[in-house]
Amino acid sequence: MILLRRRKLFVTGILLLLFAVNSSASDGNGVDTGITAWMLTSTALVLLMIPGLAMFYGGLVRTKNVIGTMMHSFAAMGIMTVLWISFGYSMCFGPNALGGWIGWDNNLLFLNGIDTEVNNGVPDYVFSMFQGKFAIITPALIAGAFAERVTFKGYVIFIAFWGILVYNPLCHWVWAKDGFLFNMGANGAIDFAGGTVVHISSGISGLVAAIYLGARRGYPRTSMPPSNLTLTMLGAGLLWVGWFGFNAGSSINSGLDTAQALTATQAAAAAGAITWMIIEGIHQGKATALGFASGILAGLVVVTPAAGVVRPYGALSLGAIAAILCYTAILVKNKSGYDDSLDAFGIHGVGGITGAIMLTFFIRKSWMSEAASLTEGGTWTVMQQLGVQVAAVLVSIAYAAVVTLVILIIVNKLFGLRAPAQMEMQGLDASYHGEHGYGMLNAS
Amino acid sequence: MKLITAIIRDTKLDQVREALVENEITRITVIRVSGRGQQTKEQIYRGKRIVPGLIPKVKLEIAVNDEFVDITVNTIIKAARTNESGEVGDGKIFITPLEDCIRIRTGEKGGKAI
Repeated sequence: MILLRRRKLFVTGILLLLFAVNSSASDGNGVDTGITAWMLTSTALVLLMIPGLAMFYGGLVRTKNVIGTMMHSFAAMGIMTVLWISFGYSMCFGPNALGGWIGWDNNLLFLNGIDTEVNNGVPDYVFSMFQGKFAIITPALIAGAFAERVTFKGYVIFIAFWGILVYNPLCHWVWAKDGFLFNMGANGAIDFAGGTVVHISSGISGLVAAIYLGARRGYPRTSMPPSNLTLTMLGAGLLWVGWFGFNAGSSINSGLDTAQALTATQAAAAAGAITWMIIEGIHQGKATALGFASGILAGLVVVTPAAGVVRPYGALSLGAIAAILCYTAILVKNKSGYDDSLDAFGIHGVGGITGAIMLTFFIRKSWMSEAASLTEGGTWTVMQQLGVQVAAVLVSIAYAAVVTLVILIIVNKLFGLRAPAQMEMQGLDASYHGEHGYGMLNAS
Repeated sequence: MKLITAIIRDTKLDQVREALVENEITRITVIRVSGRGQQTKEQIYRGKRIVPGLIPKVKLEIAVNDEFVDITVNTIIKAARTNESGEVGDGKIFITPLEDCIRIRTGEKGGKAI
């Protein structure tokens, strides 16, 4: 991601130097304080998405599981951060190792080698922390697929292995300068902020996990109403706000491309939300709050890979398409019987795939001509880019599905991932945390 | 006709409901309550010993015809008991005579309205 920018920056950099030298502020270490300030803000915004996700998911489960479900997101903040600093960053952004399966650089272990490193005006610490937030939220998204029925211990071990074996290799392939998907085709597979790495990988893994672990007790006969939709709406709001850091921050810049990504993000989220509201209003007779929130998320997910290359009309179109397809996916789920409790696959899997593929039809002309200039023949067509996008999507799906299944089987056999019936019935809160999320409902 | 009032652990609600439904007793009312019975068992929360004053429980109210009293009571006892032998805090069941029962929709009275 940063390196894609590097190429562009190099081309435009010299031009900019001629008349913009006095307008950028530097601290003398080569740090561009303007870009760094926005990247610090973005890092905080992406971190804010995780408590946002905890609220979104927490409000959707039954009262007895709210703390357990929120802890799924919070636990990821702890576990994934420690892993990221220890060796995750090295696996993702080190030079190719093991035939390009992962990256590796001993110098990056515990972030040792980047204490004073600055790249393109941004300290490597800031880039590393920004990227680390993506490694947190991705496994936390999967938790929505198997909510209300997993042991806490099994979950914690599962996300640790999933982060190491699924997220880190994918992140390396798509975003490291020597990753094979980064270099596929003329100018790489387009994944601006994580359509494949974050959303397809977590969505597909969630689907595999939901099918492997089986449905919740009583599903689908028993009604399982959301415990607190106000919490869910607040969570959806925080996710929307945080997504500006997620997408606009992924430009690793504070300039024109940042503005383009930010605008596309807002456009897609709004289009997704109102499209969902209209479909549901016509189809079911009532526009639900949960439907509106789902539309916001569908729009945000679909624009994630596309934010850097589409113009606002493209973002609006993508948001609307995503709402239609995700809505359909949830109808299909309800008929097919697998229990993706909080629609991790229905929104993130379907939305991510839609975005990564459909963005091809809305790419800016300037991106296509730049891609063409990088080929030997000097031409690059939409259909050729479509081939690259489809290949990247298929690689992500196949890899995430297979490795997730292996991890699930091993963790379930060794540590127990599926909660025993007794624990599931009394709820995750009492079973695994000894707490009650809604204790205030009772006098005590 | 009898009114069966059962006070059970909140964590046992699902077991009891599933067991009742299996025995075709589906018409119940459930209320969250707090109370204090014989249970004074210390709990340890974050390393601190606490003796809860009022403990969250769930109250079930089930109106049944006389021939269903035994099956209802036995089902609740079996499902709400902790382990085989039971533990202090598993709850209580009260049975009170029910004078009449009226279905609002039709105005029917007595046993057939239950």
